[in-house]
Amino acid sequence: MAAELHVELVAADRQVWSGEATLVVARTTSGDIGVMPGHQPLLGVLESGPVTIRTSDGGTVVAAVHGGFVSFADNKLSLLAEIAELSDEIDVQRTERELERAKAEGDAAAERRADVRLRAATAR
Amino acid sequence: MGAQLRVYKRRIRSVSATKKITKAMEMIAASRVVKAQRKVAASTPYATELTRAVTAVGTGSNTKHPLTTEAETPTRAAVLLLTSDRGLAGAFNSNAIKAAEQLTARLEREGKQVDTYIVGRRGVAHYNFRERKVAESWTGFTDEPSYADAKKVAAPLIEAIEKDTAEGGVDELHIVFTEFVSMMTQTALDARLLPLRLEEVAEETKHEGEILPLYDFEPSAEDVLDALLPRYVESRIYNALLQSAASKHAATRRAMKSATDNAGELINTLSRLANAARQAEITQEISEIVGGASALADATAGSDR
Repeated sequence: MAAELHVELVAADRQVWSGEATLVVARTTSGDIGVMPGHQPLLGVLESGPVTIRTSDGGTVVAAVHGGFVSFADNKLSLLAEIAELSDEIDVQRTERELERAKAEGDAAAERRADVRLRAATAR
Repeated sequence: MGAQLRVYKRRIRSVSATKKITKAMEMIAASRVVKAQRKVAASTPYATELTRAVTAVGTGSNTKHPLTTEAETPTRAAVLLLTSDRGLAGAFNSNAIKAAEQLTARLEREGKQVDTYIVGRRGVAHYNFRERKVAESWTGFTDEPSYADAKKVAAPLIEAIEKDTAEGGVDELHIVFTEFVSMMTQTALDARLLPLRLEEVAEETKHEGEILPLYDFEPSAEDVLDALLPRYVESRIYNALLQSAASKHAATRRAMKSATDNAGELINTLSRLANAARQAEITQEISEIVGGASALADATAGSDR
């Protein structure tokens, strides 16, 4: 059996995804970090960005995560985010409209949020 | 129809209309309790994971943080009171307000100045009516609080606690909310959110006797704690908001159920009275007819002679 780790992706108000994976790539404040089974215990602060989960059956799950934490211990990885969306939950057209509106209004936070969503949605 | 009977009939009609309304409100509240409970359950994974992470940093490093260190002589405390926007929930709001007042009195006895923060129109109305000072208040989302609402509430509180006491900051943060124990039991209780007692948090989570691993912090323990603690407070407030909402709906359901029952009883009593009044009216009419007939008979008998 290939080594795998258990991943829980939880948002503040719901559980977004949970399952087995072989690799998780997330963006912490000090750069992208890849976690594979057997990584040493880790607790990090997440940046807004796409999180890529390579599942044990060969698929890929991409989620847009806005702020939060990653913690890994005992082969269990938890991704805690205030807001998290799976890439297939994201409505690309709506997000594009949001991005344009945010750019027009000069709302940097909204622009970044929309940008992260778009990147997650197109990465699938 | 006699005047008495008409009055009873009118009252029965109006009480039946009230009964229909309270019955509908009871059913609405019942369905909302279930929904609110589901929300509480959905927010639990995040809260448990966050608590684990806080415990991990608390026990795995010797980091000091304003949110975990107790002031030597605390002089100001903030009290966050969670009430509802709407009434018709029995003693729900007055219990929460009473608990907050007891807490305030206790803190004042300990020589602390108390800043009050209120969520919910009922609490705000109570304090405004008594012309007490409210530091900040929020209304309009108590039925279905979202995480964004919890963030909105938490932001000024975290800001106040990070500020120096001399500049108007606070040393302690207490929260008063109504815990949802079961459909029948909801208790108003107060809890100290900050400064965080890490040992207590650790005890809460360490029930299985697990040993927390030594974490590698990214970028550093201080930064992680810095980012983690506000989120922890937000998630606690979110949980309290959700529990209060569930409790409020349960209290409404109960209050409306007894209102419906009382209305039913009232209708029964009124129908009996109305029946008695109708019967009395009939009796009187009969005796009038009989009396009139015999008077007539007497008169005819007299003229015959």
